Amino acid sequence: MKDRSYSAVMARKNEIMKDSVGIDYDKYRITDIAFDYERMMEEVGYSLEEVEEIQRETGVGNTPLIELKNITKLVRQISASGRGARIFLKDEAANPSGSFKDRRASISVYKAKELGFKGVIAATSGNYGAAVASQAAKRGLKCIVVQETFDSRGIGQPEILEKGRACEAYGAEVVQLTVGPELFYYFLLLLEETGFFNASLYTPYGIAGVETLGYELSKQCRNLTGKDPDYVVVTHAGGGNLTGTARGLRKAGAYETKVVGASVNLSGLHMASDRDFNRKSFTTGHTGFGIPFAVYPDRSDVPRNAARVLRYMDRYLLVSQGEVFYVTEMLARLEGMLRGPAGNTSLTAAISLARELPEDAVVVVQETEYTGAGKLPSAQLSFAIENGVEVLRGDPFVLDKPGKRIVIPEKPEQIKAMDFPLDRLRKSYLKELVKRGYHKLAEEDLKFLSVDLRLNEDKIVEMFEEVLNNG
Amino acid sequence: MKAIKGQWVQIHAVILKPGERAPQVPEDTKKVPLEMRIKGYLLDEEAGIGDSVCIETASGRKVEGTLVAIEPEYTHNFGKHVPVLAEIDREFSKLMNSLKESERK
Repeated sequence: MKDRSYSAVMARKNEIMKDSVGIDYDKYRITDIAFDYERMMEEVGYSLEEVEEIQRETGVGNTPLIELKNITKLVRQISASGRGARIFLKDEAANPSGSFKDRRASISVYKAKELGFKGVIAATSGNYGAAVASQAAKRGLKCIVVQETFDSRGIGQPEILEKGRACEAYGAEVVQLTVGPELFYYFLLLLEETGFFNASLYTPYGIAGVETLGYELSKQCRNLTGKDPDYVVVTHAGGGNLTGTARGLRKAGAYETKVVGASVNLSGLHMASDRDFNRKSFTTGHTGFGIPFAVYPDRSDVPRNAARVLRYMDRYLLVSQGEVFYVTEMLARLEGMLRGPAGNTSLTAAISLARELPEDAVVVVQETEYTGAGKLPSAQLSFAIENGVEVLRGDPFVLDKPGKRIVIPEKPEQIKAMDFPLDRLRKSYLKELVKRGYHKLAEEDLKFLSVDLRLNEDKIVEMFEEVLNNG
Repeated sequence: MKAIKGQWVQIHAVILKPGERAPQVPEDTKKVPLEMRIKGYLLDEEAGIGDSVCIETASGRKVEGTLVAIEPEYTHNFGKHVPVLAEIDREFSKLMNSLKESERK
């Protein structure tokens, strides 16, 4: 029997993953840092037409784009004269399992079946689990979802418990673990034991699946407004949503559209901390994923992550938990749509953004998700209070304190997203390289980084020097 | 209460003891084990809470652990009444009326 200790399993990581995703990542390797991203996407993924066809088979995609007329009116009321862009929402909750994650799962599960795998495994506490379970059900494959669910007291985050329930409803086995990055260790053990397909969020399949989202919304926006969106706001966690959407927009020819990432600010909370785990109300779409995955994408469960946000992100906005709860209620009361929480993170950022823009500008929020028990603000805030987090009204910009205080705005004017400078992310990306022992950049590295960070080579050399000298 | 063979149950197992955890985990997490809970159909003839048992999961795997629940229920819910939410909901209703008013003008 193989050694099951943490270090032994992690040492077999590459071997296990190679067998479980059907991709020979070595083929695309240029250096330790650089690889041929576009060639990988082209050869391993599917064309947009193929993706559309695969998704049609399981009822994924073609979700409506809805103008949020009342929220737009409200935004204009609180903006300077002539300001207040039109806001549209892509209702991804209309997908079979209730989120855009069906787009990602549909292609992975299709591929798993095509390659002859008997089942699929996904490591996720989020909607992706339900999406993989749903697609696996439709295609007759077995499914295991591995979740980080409980703290050491055995108390589960309600949003995660709900997503676990959904997975079970679609017939998946749900492995529920306590807090810790060793979830990945157990995930590898399961891949080894079962020989199932790794339905990673970060393969080219997963990203190709999201391209239809950007493509569709561009076409719908042209139909409704006569032009491409000026801004598309995307909730950002692991990076696949933003990467896939941006690539889809380009495939539709929407080159001028700005892509804005939005995350809930959870700074100060440690994502692997047993104590902090149940002091956050948002289990995804937050900076605990958003920043690390932007600055070190290859930390994921595949050797080369196909989700690379710094290639595509034009702006990164942070909002607070309290603002998102406020906007979730606003969407229900003003637009008659009970959704969230994830999509409402980007909606919150969009409201803030729309106030800066002229009235004829168009902002598209590209995602909603199903909601219900465990996910509603009432469930989340009840849980927060039970876990010692204070909930109050006030100005989130001044009072927000993740893990200690959730601050619900007193008025819509207090919805105000914070810009997180992209150069700070780029610098952190280079810091991560240095941390992993790279102190010199070859010519191929520079060429790759220039695209991966969307920065010219001279600037990268300068930034890298700075990081080497000052840490 | 005893569970019988074929009944839907939940088991618990320790995957990594405190000393075996990944080097990068923070101090509070390092002090506690990595635990797993998983559901499936009981394979033993009969078992009580706390017994070591084997189950067959939804994906057909056989997994061993300690029996912690028989026919486990979902305990998450829609939450309690949260006064702050009720307050903002009333504000939004008023706001909606004022938006309608401005439409008429």
